[in-house]
Amino acid sequence: MNHYPLWKNLLILVVILVGLLFALPNLFSQDPSIEVAGTRDNPVTEASIAEIAAAMENAGVPVKAVEPREGEKLLVRFTTPSEQLRGQEVLDQVLSDRYANALTTAPDLPGWLEGLGAQPMFLGLDLRGGIHVLIDVDMEAAVDQALERYVGDFRTELRKEKVRYITVTRDGGRLAVRFKDEQARDQAEDILRKAFRDLTLETGEEAGQYYVYAVLPQAIQQQIKTFALQQNITTLRNRVNALGVAEPIIQRQGERRIVVQLPGASDPARLKELLGATATLEYRLVDTENDVQDALEGRVPVGSALYRERDGRPILLKRRVIVTGDQITDASAGFDQQSGSPAVFVNLDGQGARRMRSITTENVGKPMAVVFIENRTITRMVDGEPVKERVRTEEVISVANILEPFGRRFQTTGLDSSDEAHNLALLLRAGALAAPIEIVEERTIGPSLGQDNIDQGFRSVIIGLVLVMVFMALYYRVFGLVADLVLVINLVMMVAVLSMLQATLTLPGIAGIVLTVGMAVDANVLIFERIREEIRNGSSPQASIHAGYDKALSTIVDANITTLIAAIVLFSFGTGPVKGFAVTLFIGIVTSMFTAILGSRALINLIYGGRRLKRLAI
Amino acid sequence: MSHVQILKELDIDFMGKRRSAAIASGVLLLVLLLSMLLRGFNLGLDFTGGTLIEVGYETPTEVAAVTQALTDNGFVDATVQHFGSRRDILIRLAPQSGEEASARLSDQVFSALSAAADGQVELRRVEFVGPQVGEELREQGGLAVLFALIGILIYVALRFEWRFAVGAVAALMHDVLFTVGIFSVFQIPFDLTVLAAVLAVIGYSLNDTIVIFDRIRENFRKMRKGSVLEISNRSINQTLSRTIITSGTTLLVLLALFFLGGEVISGFALALIIGVLVGTYSTIYIATAIALWLGISRADLLPTPKEGEVVDDRP
Repeated sequence: MNHYPLWKNLLILVVILVGLLFALPNLFSQDPSIEVAGTRDNPVTEASIAEIAAAMENAGVPVKAVEPREGEKLLVRFTTPSEQLRGQEVLDQVLSDRYANALTTAPDLPGWLEGLGAQPMFLGLDLRGGIHVLIDVDMEAAVDQALERYVGDFRTELRKEKVRYITVTRDGGRLAVRFKDEQARDQAEDILRKAFRDLTLETGEEAGQYYVYAVLPQAIQQQIKTFALQQNITTLRNRVNALGVAEPIIQRQGERRIVVQLPGASDPARLKELLGATATLEYRLVDTENDVQDALEGRVPVGSALYRERDGRPILLKRRVIVTGDQITDASAGFDQQSGSPAVFVNLDGQGARRMRSITTENVGKPMAVVFIENRTITRMVDGEPVKERVRTEEVISVANILEPFGRRFQTTGLDSSDEAHNLALLLRAGALAAPIEIVEERTIGPSLGQDNIDQGFRSVIIGLVLVMVFMALYYRVFGLVADLVLVINLVMMVAVLSMLQATLTLPGIAGIVLTVGMAVDANVLIFERIREEIRNGSSPQASIHAGYDKALSTIVDANITTLIAAIVLFSFGTGPVKGFAVTLFIGIVTSMFTAILGSRALINLIYGGRRLKRLAI
Repeated sequence: MSHVQILKELDIDFMGKRRSAAIASGVLLLVLLLSMLLRGFNLGLDFTGGTLIEVGYETPTEVAAVTQALTDNGFVDATVQHFGSRRDILIRLAPQSGEEASARLSDQVFSALSAAADGQVELRRVEFVGPQVGEELREQGGLAVLFALIGILIYVALRFEWRFAVGAVAALMHDVLFTVGIFSVFQIPFDLTVLAAVLAVIGYSLNDTIVIFDRIRENFRKMRKGSVLEISNRSINQTLSRTIITSGTTLLVLLALFFLGGEVISGFALALIIGVLVGTYSTIYIATAIALWLGISRADLLPTPKEGEVVDDRP
């Protein structure tokens, strides 16, 4: 009686050993490291390893190892954080033109363990420090912008086909094109219908005026929104990569949100500035035929618009844009050769270059202006309701005469500082945001607080565990010791599963571990109380053990399944830290059922099974 | 008997006192509900929106000095307090309207503090929650509690019987209201982690309820005599030592968490401590009492006869 067949004991042993193996990586220390990534023209190769090692040796920075890492990257390991920082200086000075680098940590695992794919637990931002921001994409603005583009396209198309219209305006969610007579209207309708198949057109008549109305069908609007979200994710990824942070996470959350997480990053101000910025450039010709003073008095000539320079002086520019930021393929910051002022060097795509060349050829000697554009979305509270508001600023940063025709590559000056030139170049390089964004949530944890959280969490797990173990040993004696051993195994199994799944461990997640330590003994308490009861009722020790485990089983399963339901609900509704709690609670319940029922039974069987017993130490 | 035992063979008439318990519960709940209605909650940043900044100074720093630095820079309505130690300062800013509602506010505050301080100031933590997100989190929180209760209602109804399910869910609602009510009465900050704790309380308290229900079901099948009341009492007594020991070990770890886990997690631990205490009580006096009151009987819990065995007495 009370004997497990060999295969069952072996199975339990194997599961526990595998658990131990996968929990093992958490015991190794973390090397301060630098992740090195190549650029488009300079991928990292075997040669890069030698090159980096040589550069470090020249600078006298001791390196622990330089090794390839997945995703075409290299990992440079150091022994101390100060050597890591010196190493970064070396990389910045010597190799920054070809490689991007980011500070990170890497576990110092022996090769065989790494070969198994075993990794330590994945710590959440609240434990390792870092920045989390949640970004709301202004989808309505994306649709608005699309409509805005059609205004220009309509004008161009109608002019091209020589149909006379009075105005093209935005009228809420639709476009209204006004005509003097019905004939022009009908002719225009035909043309527009052919040219813009995406739009739904309608005609109307109001107060003797003839109209064509155009609306974007729902499906197209949806398409614009999806595209805007995708495009924004790509742009944000490019921008974040430029920051040099290892393992950034940029992903979609829900219908209109994007999560950005930067482990280890500690300058939220710079990140937010960069993420939210929508700065871009536009090149326009200056309107030299008309008078600025007239425009200031309200007589703005058709085809021109009034702008202001950075110092506030008004200037008239042609409405037609030569090129926009979208057509810029590459940009870098530097200094103007002659004046030494900060400049941005810009490369255009084929279409933009052709257009630039033809316009500059036609207008040699005339002034051209560079407009710096920034869009921002802010939320105001109006009568307790959040209302979104869009702010657009446009400034002319430089005006210069076109000395000779140019095309693909040229420079723009007029920026306030070299910092601004750097930021602008980065933004132009990363591409524009397809729709304005707003940061709606931020959680930043400094590195020291992260370490404090780990220490406090770890301490409460250990103290809680010790308290429970002492109590169990005193109260249930041999059986209590078995429960204690099982409790420790449960903890190891939890750590192993968390490491295997690479589920994010957060501070509430640690709280979940502590809670499961308290609750995991419940299964054993139920069993042991049942055994005591059986003994009191006069059953033999062996029969009591058997009946105790047997009868407690359905209760344990029922009780745990209900807690699992709560954990699942928590997981599906929770965000970030709360999700972390749900994960550990869930894993803890599952592993505790295995260890407390099968594990403790196997041990009790080994101790008491198949023997004649007078009494039990329970 | 040689083993250590907290409780000897007991025979307490729990169910006999269920009327007094019901009155006591009712009165207390009424007070808590009134508090929730009149005083409301000290909702944390997660639900109200706003900005929270934790900074660490090199030397102990007075709250007044920080407040002064903030006022000088135009942040008039900031709440400033020590957090954990005298070198750590926590600054809260209510949700602002207009331009200041943006995520940039924390950067401005931090640079103002850095400029005003003698030594280095370390940015330890920033939490910014925009107004819409706060509203969404509130809504999701309520929904989470609701769905957890519905899920449990269904499971218990399937595994046991609807009367037990109603009893169990009533007990859970009691626990939730009680825990949340205490947070209202003492105006303890209520944030996302506390909400997570409330959901964990639901799971825990149910654990207890299921154990007793399981025993009642077993005893109904085993004991041929005895009234429903006697059997319920018997079952509660039989499981009492387990109830106390499990609550005890859970409380042990929760106390460790409360005192050692740091400020961020203390609200979470407190909610669970209240929940575990209340959950133990409610299992007996709410869950079982309601199941009794709804009229559970032996027949309800005996294995249901197979379809074929039902005799159709109509022609």
